Amino acid sequence: MSDTLLQSRDAIASKKISSVELTKQTLARIEKLNPSLNAYNEVWAERALQVAKEVDEGKRSGVLAGVPIAIKDNLCTSTGKTTCSSKMLANFKAPYDATAVRLLEAAGAVIVGKTNLDEFAMGSSTENSAFGPSKNPWDTDRVPGGSSGGSASALAASLCAASIGSDTGGSIRQPASLCGLVGLKPTYGRVSRYGLVAFASSLDQIGPFTWNVPDAALLMNVISGHDPKDSTSAPIDVPDYLAGLERPVEGLRIGVVKEYQALAGLDPQVKAAVDQAIETYKKLGAKIVEVSLPNSAYGIAAYYVIAPCEASSNLARYDGVHYGHRTQEPVGDIVELFSKSRAEGFGDEVKRRIMIGTYALSSGYYDAYYVHAQKIRALIKQDFDNAFKDCDVVLTPTSPLAAFKIGEKSSDPLSMYLCDVFTVTCNIAAIPGISLPCGFTNDAKPLPIGLQLLGPAFGEERLLRVARTYEKATDWHARRPTL
Amino acid sequence: MAEQILDLEKVKHVAKLARLAIPEPQLPRFTEQLESILEYVEQLKQADVAGVEPMAHAVRLTNVLREDVVQPALTTEQVLANAPDTDGPFFKVPKVIGDDDSAG
Repeated sequence: MSDTLLQSRDAIASKKISSVELTKQTLARIEKLNPSLNAYNEVWAERALQVAKEVDEGKRSGVLAGVPIAIKDNLCTSTGKTTCSSKMLANFKAPYDATAVRLLEAAGAVIVGKTNLDEFAMGSSTENSAFGPSKNPWDTDRVPGGSSGGSASALAASLCAASIGSDTGGSIRQPASLCGLVGLKPTYGRVSRYGLVAFASSLDQIGPFTWNVPDAALLMNVISGHDPKDSTSAPIDVPDYLAGLERPVEGLRIGVVKEYQALAGLDPQVKAAVDQAIETYKKLGAKIVEVSLPNSAYGIAAYYVIAPCEASSNLARYDGVHYGHRTQEPVGDIVELFSKSRAEGFGDEVKRRIMIGTYALSSGYYDAYYVHAQKIRALIKQDFDNAFKDCDVVLTPTSPLAAFKIGEKSSDPLSMYLCDVFTVTCNIAAIPGISLPCGFTNDAKPLPIGLQLLGPAFGEERLLRVARTYEKATDWHARRPTL
Repeated sequence: MAEQILDLEKVKHVAKLARLAIPEPQLPRFTEQLESILEYVEQLKQADVAGVEPMAHAVRLTNVLREDVVQPALTTEQVLANAPDTDGPFFKVPKVIGDDDSAG
């Protein structure tokens, strides 16, 4: 296997392959497979080859020199379009690059294109994309997860060496789990959000999809850090996440959540694989401790108040005047112009969340919904603070289900929301979380299963080391789908 | 079945506040879906929040100030590049103020 980020980079550095050659191979594979997978919204063939050529000529260098990387289409890029997979922004061309994109390019990465997502990152399957769903490379009748499903599908099909997504309630970790990848949601403030199209500003974070933990550590080295253009990015030093990665955590204590043990809706095969992973950690010398997250039961309900409230405010900017879709219907006044443009430009899920948020923030309901949910946020944060007194990381399944069939949940929004049961509390508490492969289902086409590790704020270094300890003892991360 | 939270009229009102011209035939479906989401959210009321301060964010954030100096900004052309309609250096919208002469 020589398709990982570090392997690709080292192969280019040692001249085993040129960046142009690798980029050409990647573009050819995209041309062959993307029509069926719909992972990319846009492919930057010409520009990718130009950047690759500059790497080969020594004009560009850095720790990612020459490797093909895909970017979720809700990160602004001055090349091509930034659509958020919405009709609203179908023709939007951002005037600048997101900081994460700028840092990747400064490190020599070859960006090959922009990947599909649930419209404005709202969803868990990419079925809410205005451009049609992406497919799961392990079984193309199934979803890749979401909202960063295009980034997960592209990497799982080897249409790039790594990809970038965003995670507001699980949108990196859940698709990573469903596609057999490593996906990391950093601590809020670890990575600059400048140029990430805002969905829920107190929850959104940018993070990597990779085949393994060292690749994730490498990408975190590149994209982390304070940015004067994002005042919520943390002025905290970034450690070298690769440096201590192979060193196991001394006296490792893994927290298993009491309240999750008898959770309804958890697939038995997922539970079995995660239990097996706990056994593996035990054999590796970890101590398993039971921790309690009593308020985690309110996680999804609190999330589906907080996130829609912030979304209804953030998405108020789409007015059909400054940029984005404008109705061609005759209108009598400016409010009608706004209202028709928005109704035509947004898909149903985006409309639902805007209306939930508008309702919850409206006069007479604000305290009962928004303020109340903010109190639950405080309780959920407190639960984690207490748990981390007794353990180094908390271990849970990432998703209660392996990849589901396209269309299976799309008619029932609430059943889709319940996919986020293990992932949303991490965003609410602003802590880092990582998903890594821990098994496969016994379906005719076996589907990946992921486990999630959660750590204290700015504890990415330890989180990655704990993940690496498991990864080295197993070979789930080395499997690839047949396409 | 719990007490109904939303009805068609309330959803119509919320859509108006949200500046979403939802076609009449779609309203019943949205009402049903939003109702089921809000019913699920109702469980938050069971949580014991006595004495808990609402937390807008789990990371303690403070205002960040900078020197008030001119910095590079987008040009007018860049700002207008994505606009649906423009007129010179302006965004163009339909007439928004009523015409008194035609009022009668």
